[in-house]
Amino acid sequence: MTRAEITAVVLKALSEVAPEIDAASVRPEAPLRDQVDLDSFDYLNFIVAIHAASRVDIPEADYAKLGTVNDTVEYLARHMASRSG
Amino acid sequence: MIEFRMPSLGSDMEAGTLVQWLKTPGEPLKRGDIIAVVDTEKGAIEIEVFNDGVLDRTAVQPGEKVPVGAVLAFIRGADEPAGAPAARPSPPAAERRISPAARKAAEELHVDLSAVDGTGPGGSVTRADVERAASRRRPAAAPAPAADRTAGMRAAIAAAMSRSKREIPHLYLATTIDVSRLSSWLAAENGKRTVDARLLPIAPLLKAVAHAIGEVPDVNGFWIDAAFRPGPGVHLACAVALRDGGLVAPALHDVDRKDVDTVMRELRDLVARARAGALRSSELADSTLTVTNLGELGVETAFGIIYPPQVALVGLGRVVQRPWVVEGRVEPRPVMTVSISADHRALDGRRAGQFLGALERWLQKPEAL
Repeated sequence: MTRAEITAVVLKALSEVAPEIDAASVRPEAPLRDQVDLDSFDYLNFIVAIHAASRVDIPEADYAKLGTVNDTVEYLARHMASRSG
Repeated sequence: MIEFRMPSLGSDMEAGTLVQWLKTPGEPLKRGDIIAVVDTEKGAIEIEVFNDGVLDRTAVQPGEKVPVGAVLAFIRGADEPAGAPAARPSPPAAERRISPAARKAAEELHVDLSAVDGTGPGGSVTRADVERAASRRRPAAAPAPAADRTAGMRAAIAAAMSRSKREIPHLYLATTIDVSRLSSWLAAENGKRTVDARLLPIAPLLKAVAHAIGEVPDVNGFWIDAAFRPGPGVHLACAVALRDGGLVAPALHDVDRKDVDTVMRELRDLVARARAGALRSSELADSTLTVTNLGELGVETAFGIIYPPQVALVGLGRVVQRPWVVEGRVEPRPVMTVSISADHRALDGRRAGQFLGALERWLQKPEAL
């Protein structure tokens, strides 16, 4: 999966849990919690969706590393690369 | 023949608009089947039937707005001939059971009791029935645009909360609980689970509330006609904020009889359906205690307003690290402030305090939840 494809996966998952957002206007470098109203159920559904699309296992302890779209893409890319390598 | 009536989906509901019938006359019905979809301020609600039988005929057409208690359809027994008259016509007012509170309200509000549909046990007329009849008689407010559901929901919340603060003498208690065992247990459990099987803290917290209710059942039920009526089960209303504003509090049924995984699974489904506007009538009609979880928003202590006719509401605050004295030493511990708002007509501070004590004990043994 290319970085652009992973970004699309993340934004699609975000749009599913928060349909009111405009995915194109999400700033990838800014904290998600400042841009999207996500409660714990939304966040769990977001994690489940990106896990289903990427097959990357995301331990609960790593949730804090997924603070922005860029962080999330970076995390997934790194784990997908280490899995395939 | 049974008259199937527009159910009351909470004390703040006065009427609903039939969107569509999901069964056709002649179709067999089982208890729990979804028979129709009704539009209310709380969204499109799937209406369930509570009897086995056959749909004989419908009495309301899609698009019609009818008050709570109005006959929507007739359901006959499997052996009954089609088109028979209803076996339970409304008895004349003189023969019906009318609660003293309902008579008093009828006098105060100048309501003719013979024109009031009873929705209480056995068709008895309750104070709420009289209040509904009185409110229907008032000139209707300018109707909100159909799309403006949020305004309607706001008005419904305003009515219920105003009634609560007007009628219910609230008492409020709170206690701060060390939740380090719960946090460790959750982290260990979730470490063993795949992403989609993980638990959120609310699942064991609801189980702990259900266990505490088992020890102090006085908090679980209703204040109706100047008396406490115990809840028929432990049906916990979980306040869910909607994305476009507003709030619904659908019930998670029989929390005391389900394991924590089932509670989590059903709660995820309930929250998703609440936000999609696809709740079922039973989920809005029969909750016995409300739980509000504002901890996620950073709130440390939540003192809520009771949803009438319930007698209590439990507020969950956020988990914060605090210095805590453990066996004479100060240690950092995750703690949570849990509150109860209770109807002082139904129970006193002692029982509400005992409930919080029971909740604290249950939260110290998460593996037993």
